[in-house]
Amino acid sequence: MWDYTDKVRDHFKNPRNIGFIKDADGVGEVGSMACGDALRLMFKLDDDGKITEAKFQTFGCASAIASSSVLTEMMVGLTLEEAEKITNQQIADRLGGLPDQKMHCSVLGREALEAAVLDYRKRQGGELPEKKEESRLVCICFGVTEEEVERAIRENNLTTVEDVTNYTKAGGGCGGCHEDIALIIEKITGKPPEEQEKEVKEPSKKNLTNIQKIQLIQETIDREIRPILQKDGGDLELIDVDRNVVQVSLRGTCSQCRVAFFTLRDVVEAKLREFVTEDLVVEEVQ
Amino acid sequence: MNPVIYLDNNATTRVAPEVVEAIRPFWEDYYGNPSSMHQFGGGVRKHLDRAREQVAELLGAEYPSEIVFTAGGSESDNLAIRGTLEALAGKKRHIITTRVEHPAVRSQCHHLKKMGYRLTELPVDNHGELDLNQLRDAITSDTAIVSIMWANNETGVIFPIEKIAEIVHEKGVVFHTDAVQAVGKVPIDLKNTPIDLLSLSGHKLHGPKGIGALYVRKGTKLMPLIIGGHQERGKRAGTENVPAIVGLGMAAELARKHMKEENERLIYLRNKLEKGILATCPDTRVNGRHRLPNTLNVSFEYIEGEAILLMMDEFGISASSGSACASGSLEPSHVMRAMGIPFTAAHGSIRFSLSRYNTEEEIDFVLEKLPPIIQRLREISPFANGMTWGGDE
Repeated sequence: MWDYTDKVRDHFKNPRNIGFIKDADGVGEVGSMACGDALRLMFKLDDDGKITEAKFQTFGCASAIASSSVLTEMMVGLTLEEAEKITNQQIADRLGGLPDQKMHCSVLGREALEAAVLDYRKRQGGELPEKKEESRLVCICFGVTEEEVERAIRENNLTTVEDVTNYTKAGGGCGGCHEDIALIIEKITGKPPEEQEKEVKEPSKKNLTNIQKIQLIQETIDREIRPILQKDGGDLELIDVDRNVVQVSLRGTCSQCRVAFFTLRDVVEAKLREFVTEDLVVEEVQ
Repeated sequence: MNPVIYLDNNATTRVAPEVVEAIRPFWEDYYGNPSSMHQFGGGVRKHLDRAREQVAELLGAEYPSEIVFTAGGSESDNLAIRGTLEALAGKKRHIITTRVEHPAVRSQCHHLKKMGYRLTELPVDNHGELDLNQLRDAITSDTAIVSIMWANNETGVIFPIEKIAEIVHEKGVVFHTDAVQAVGKVPIDLKNTPIDLLSLSGHKLHGPKGIGALYVRKGTKLMPLIIGGHQERGKRAGTENVPAIVGLGMAAELARKHMKEENERLIYLRNKLEKGILATCPDTRVNGRHRLPNTLNVSFEYIEGEAILLMMDEFGISASSGSACASGSLEPSHVMRAMGIPFTAAHGSIRFSLSRYNTEEEIDFVLEKLPPIIQRLREISPFANGMTWGGDE
């Protein structure tokens, strides 16, 4: 159950300015049905260049509909230059706030507004802002570009990957771009993302149960270590594992070898630390 | 505030009044510990035994001792899968399951995959059904356990578990089924079905929350997850949750008694709801073919599930959705995606799940209120009513 404000509920239940303007001066369409939300925003200007009418159509959840509705209210009476300054945070504020996971709905509103203004300028054949280079795609699942991620971070002071996902949806699918997003956060804020309780990406090898650990040690010895020793006529046997202490016994030529200590440390321990856990200590027993 | 029309029974159910009554004395009077030597505590044990029999009867299990009480469906699923793997001590490292499992199995298997186990997740077709040949082909000498749900919580699709159990049994592999949605709705006869492990949950069949059971066929090797005392024959330590166990026993008995007539009634009501919706709401599809009697999962094209839920909530109608927004994630349900339901339909999917306590008047009320909601949201939608979308589609 979402904790929506009364304002959100009101704009959802009684959305203002639903509809289609046939002879609109500007139309902006953002999002897509596949992504789960989409917004078409239309407006008309009066002779003084002020927005006299704004209408919307939205596919999406309650907060997407409420964000669109409140945005149309905010736009009317403004010039395009004024309307362009509306931020996604202002949209959210007018609704008394949105749940974190729903902030992307306010971003959708702001994007639709920009798209509509751009559409108007194109129709006027006026000066268009210089066409920027196509921004690199960061999140493939939701089609979010680097520029969109950077802007959301800047305008909303985002500090975590989770924030970026809440505001832009980037990283909300397969999660493959989380590191990329972290780098972008670092680039913009100058600091690495704040640590959040997020799931460990790499399985920590330290989470092994005892049985799994012993098994992994045995496998590593058989696969990685014994072939090396056997080349020199030596061998090794696993005797016991007590917490992080691995007890082994050297066999064959190794058992008489004066450099056996180095074998243990440089070969056996190193391999076990690489393949099992970092904290293992190898001990020789006779 | 409207009276609640509760159509979310695959999420949880109303506790049956008979169950509440059965539990009451175990809160108020018989609070002893069944492991105690004195009569006051030890006397409670016979009520545990009775509950075990009641659950065993519902499942057609041969011995009541095959029932292990747990804290719910999720614990049962964890005990079944991880308990089996641990009993095998890593000798076998392959798990087979499906792409549509409940998170209690699915997330667990994904976790085990990270821990180094091999995982095969069998796909389903558009109707949510498995290809049993793929199951046959997937089983290898390294397969430790096959875990396949009996009925799907989102769509109600029933898998042919008897056939599946035979296939797995022939290969000598342990078979677990998460039957949380099936128990009490589908006849189960464990004496004649080679299922080794079966999970169930109390609160899905009008019992209390926080109680469930794992059926463990006699002779099945299983390591406990919770280690401590000797309770539940060493398979699940901890002083028994006596009131909840007694409640589960009563719920199981009621389910067994009422199943046949209830299923007939539920099929009638569910079909009435289904036909009514399809007749009044265009561009609507039903997800899943061979289903539980109580479940209807419908997709309303062009609109989003959370918005539908909130609109229905205004009238007290409680249901759930596989839409991304309703869950707080950004992608629609894994079940819808596994079935190849287009995103557009998955976002607008609504699950109605009925129970013993729903009436025909309630279904009529939904059929009266829902079509205008769908129409209203489609008026807001930029995709409905033949609108074309010229943006970045």
